Amino acid sequence: MKIALSIPCFIDQFYPQVGVAAVELLEKLNIDFEVPKNQTCCGQPMANSGYENEAIKTYHHFVNLFKDYDKTVMISGSCTHHVQHNYTHIEQTNEVKNVRNNIEDISQFLLNHYIDEIGPVHFPHRIALHTGCHSLRGQRFGTSSELVTEKKTGLEGMLKHVTGVELVPLSRPNECCGFGGTFSVVHEAISIKMGRDKLNDVQDKEIEYLISNDMSCLMHLEGIIKKEHRNIKVAHILELLNGSIK
Amino acid sequence: MRGSIKDNSEVFLKNEERTNWHDKALWFVREKRDLAAKSIPEWEQLREKASAVKMHTLSNLDQYLIEFEENALKNGVKVHWAKDGEEHNRIIEEILQSHQVKKVVKSKSMLTEECHLNPHLESKGIEVIDTDLGERIIQLKKEPPSHIVMPAIHLKKEEVSELFHEKWNTEKGNNDPVYLTYQARLSLRKDFLTADAAITGVNFAVAETGEVVVCTNEGNADVGTHIAPLQIHSMGIEKLIPQREHLGIFTRMLARSATGQPVTVYTSHFRKPKKEGEMHIVLVDNKRSERLSKEKYWTSLKCIRCGACMNTCPIYRRSGGHSYEATIPGPIGSILAPNLDTEKYSDLPFASTLCGSCSDVCPVKINIHEQLFFWRQDIGRSNVLPKSKKISMKIMAGVLGNPAVYKMFGKMMRISLKLLPSSIFENKLNTWAKNRKMMEAPKESFQEWYQKRKK
Repeated sequence: MKIALSIPCFIDQFYPQVGVAAVELLEKLNIDFEVPKNQTCCGQPMANSGYENEAIKTYHHFVNLFKDYDKTVMISGSCTHHVQHNYTHIEQTNEVKNVRNNIEDISQFLLNHYIDEIGPVHFPHRIALHTGCHSLRGQRFGTSSELVTEKKTGLEGMLKHVTGVELVPLSRPNECCGFGGTFSVVHEAISIKMGRDKLNDVQDKEIEYLISNDMSCLMHLEGIIKKEHRNIKVAHILELLNGSIK
Repeated sequence: MRGSIKDNSEVFLKNEERTNWHDKALWFVREKRDLAAKSIPEWEQLREKASAVKMHTLSNLDQYLIEFEENALKNGVKVHWAKDGEEHNRIIEEILQSHQVKKVVKSKSMLTEECHLNPHLESKGIEVIDTDLGERIIQLKKEPPSHIVMPAIHLKKEEVSELFHEKWNTEKGNNDPVYLTYQARLSLRKDFLTADAAITGVNFAVAETGEVVVCTNEGNADVGTHIAPLQIHSMGIEKLIPQREHLGIFTRMLARSATGQPVTVYTSHFRKPKKEGEMHIVLVDNKRSERLSKEKYWTSLKCIRCGACMNTCPIYRRSGGHSYEATIPGPIGSILAPNLDTEKYSDLPFASTLCGSCSDVCPVKINIHEQLFFWRQDIGRSNVLPKSKKISMKIMAGVLGNPAVYKMFGKMMRISLKLLPSSIFENKLNTWAKNRKMMEAPKESFQEWYQKRKK
């Protein structure tokens, strides 16, 4: 199976350590993969702002990079969701369909196929988990609190072979962090309030690390943490599983 | 001029204590809803069924409307058709005038809000008394509802006490809800006894029997219609369901979704006029049939107005219903309002993180957050957004659509972040960094690291 690793633009530019963790983890698992050159973005920022026509060129670029792979693992549930659901805007050639069908959030990919081969990792800390909304409700990575169905394993399942960790449930485990892409700028006041409320909950419970499968949520929250000098650390689940949290 | 939800929410958020109170009050209702929903193991199947019945009815709406009218006429009900709010108001005015009505009691109806019935009747010299407690409060306060089920949820009991003192001379500073409710009851009783007509909204209309069903917790629709000789029920054409047995699905879900109650205190069926009384039903389109023709948006007509999407919405809870400046606020309002006037309400579909909680909580499975995304595209294409936004999107598209530009741009950005003082980025023009620290710039991007490492 030909596997590609897809890297979101904000991880490429601001959080390369998450990409590094992905590469190292995949290598430890002896998964044969490639990182196609010249990656940019999935186009979600334009489309979420109401300009999917402006995103078409970016969509085609993305499809061209990944069309020949059997599987594309993407380090973001949100970007994955965008490709799966919103690349309907361009002509549905076989190539486009392939990419849409074969893309998977790397966290879900690892949980579904490799979780017993990861670790054990020792992480003796109090942590809370935050599943990105697009993973939770768009891909059913876990079960959202609104639904009355049997609970499906999500992000917490990835702690299966993590030892010493103390997982603390949040008061509103599924509440959005307030990032929402360009929402975080257009509706800055609400976005910040949502972020603060989430962080207050984390702080009240004396949690050391907030761990997520979506770095974009953490980028927003980390900005607030640093601005307000809060004593909370954030990390991607891949960094935790790779044992590379500094 | 309509204010934007951005500006309005910023004002709302200035009072953090109040915002927290509002957020917690609505989250409490959401938690009650969760408990109530979880008491029904087949909840998800019910949602599926409710959605299917609504889709079927809407897909055959012409036939069901005819069937409904036939059966209502057989029951001795007078049926009226209104193409828009104006016609609805005129019809009601004519009915009332022909009976020399001076005073009307009205139970909860979002449709009459949508049509602006109260100001219309008042301008014709007819007194309108809203009889739902929450609606009465905001009527006295001359405010629109901030929520479709709990119209006065934005007010604290101290404010209600102050208002009642001012209007009805009740005891100053008595904030006891039992006392306040009793005072409202005394006042409303007089209105019920002296009203010449009663108007209600409609939750469901059954095609098979020609009856309308009204759900309330206060019994105000019942008192009103039972005392006044003339009763009028206003309904949107999407309220139809085919048969009585389908009510079993919806009444199980409506109150659970709305307030976490197993059922509303009163679920009243109105089928025919009382002895020596008159019963009218006004069926209103007001662009509903136009919406029915829109492939992406017609399923929003499934809405049963439970308000669950408001209670769950992290943005609604933190901005308050009035911030939307739309008859129906919250996530569902943000996909309904642009149907009425896309340009006027073009900001609403953007007031969302697209987290999807609204769609998961919706008892009739409307894909609310997806429709928000669709509206964004329609609005983006329609040129009603500021030109500067389009230009910035074109620039972004130029960067992200071209790997060489992207690489250069990324590198420049990271170098500047590293070398230049942070005040350059953390200024008024950079909204991102108003309340957030800028990201730290790593010395190399992931792709630079990976290419080097491969060599």
